[in-house]
Amino acid sequence: MSDKDNNKKEALFSPRNQKLLTNPLGKDNPINVQVLGICSVLAITVQLRTSIVMAISVVAVMGLANVIISLLRKTIPPRIRIIVQLTVIASLVILVDQVLKAFVYDVSRQLSVFVGLIITNCIIMGRLEAFALQNKPWPSFLDGIGNAAGYGWVLLAVGFARELLGSGTLMGYNVIPGFLYEMGYEDNGFMILPPMALITVGVIIWIQRHKDRDLVDIS
Amino acid sequence: MEDLVSIFVRSIFIDNMVFAYFLGMCSYLAVSRTVNTSVGLGAAVIFVLGITVPINYLLENFVLARGALAWLGPRFAEVDLSFLTFIMFIAIIAAMVQLVEMIIEKFSPTLYSSLGIFLPLIAVNCAILGGSLFMQERNYANLAEATAFGLGSGVGWFLAIVGIAAIREKIRYSNVPAPLRGLGITFIITGLMGIAFMSFMGIEL
Repeated sequence: MSDKDNNKKEALFSPRNQKLLTNPLGKDNPINVQVLGICSVLAITVQLRTSIVMAISVVAVMGLANVIISLLRKTIPPRIRIIVQLTVIASLVILVDQVLKAFVYDVSRQLSVFVGLIITNCIIMGRLEAFALQNKPWPSFLDGIGNAAGYGWVLLAVGFARELLGSGTLMGYNVIPGFLYEMGYEDNGFMILPPMALITVGVIIWIQRHKDRDLVDIS
Repeated sequence: MEDLVSIFVRSIFIDNMVFAYFLGMCSYLAVSRTVNTSVGLGAAVIFVLGITVPINYLLENFVLARGALAWLGPRFAEVDLSFLTFIMFIAIIAAMVQLVEMIIEKFSPTLYSSLGIFLPLIAVNCAILGGSLFMQERNYANLAEATAFGLGSGVGWFLAIVGIAAIREKIRYSNVPAPLRGLGITFIITGLMGIAFMSFMGIEL
């Protein structure tokens, strides 16, 4: 009983809850550290615009999915939980897909199958399994938002680097001043090609682990 | 027949699931520590892609697409269920994975124990759902073409994971900078392999 009272008194943004939100941004990052949900980071980061739309979609799906599963956690039979989770995620992704088609049709075309692939984004399944099934809705919501944001910033960083170096634009606007081109600067077309996304993420991991030695893989 | 071969070869090399679209990266990175396990997972992926893509093709063409329900009668000719695509595809995939798991467990316990946890994991491997979604986007003409695409994508994924696993087994003996060890260097190697695979792009099939 006292346990329950303690939980009730816990503030909405208690230190524990703040940790849920901030840990995934750094040392618990879903992409750089847990290696989940890589596929979309690599495939849709040619431009910053698509990266932003994708990041927002994932935040929405993940926050809501975590809350829904957390609310249902006592009624889901453990044997069929994967199907239940997939159904919840798939329904949310259908909503996102329809919204994207209605409001930003061109971006939705560019993202093509990758909106659908949010369903199998392992971060979402991973957080549902690891967190939402055991925790209350509010912490689950924070955990979902935190992890999606951790995913989002890597997405934005990769998209930023690839669009800037690859086509000299950001969000479709030219940002490299014209005189640089006259002096002989050229866009690195290589950055637009798929393999460079992998190498960009590799470099991000390198920098992060260089700064935070705890993360270095000793195996 | 030539069409089938060209779709098959194309989906292995040019439209390789891993190097051209980065699908199934999570299990690709997590399971590629040794060649043995990656052969097992790769075989399971070929198997599941070869089954689910044709089934989803039938589902798409006889149930989900606009006007696909016409065979039920003229009243259904205008029904468009395509908004249900994701949920139906993932349901079919989850069900097929479960079924395949039960069949293998029944008939070949040795294969079952060697695949172990990988089989259920395949349900959330994005290469599988990606295969079905690409099949839908590219409008293959008939069931045989869709099957060739499914099998080819599986073989491409198999090649990629076995290749990276072999390299990772060797790289353990190299002196990689500490922060890059493990994950970082795997990303960069995959990038280099992707560049190598891009040389297939010029091939006209």
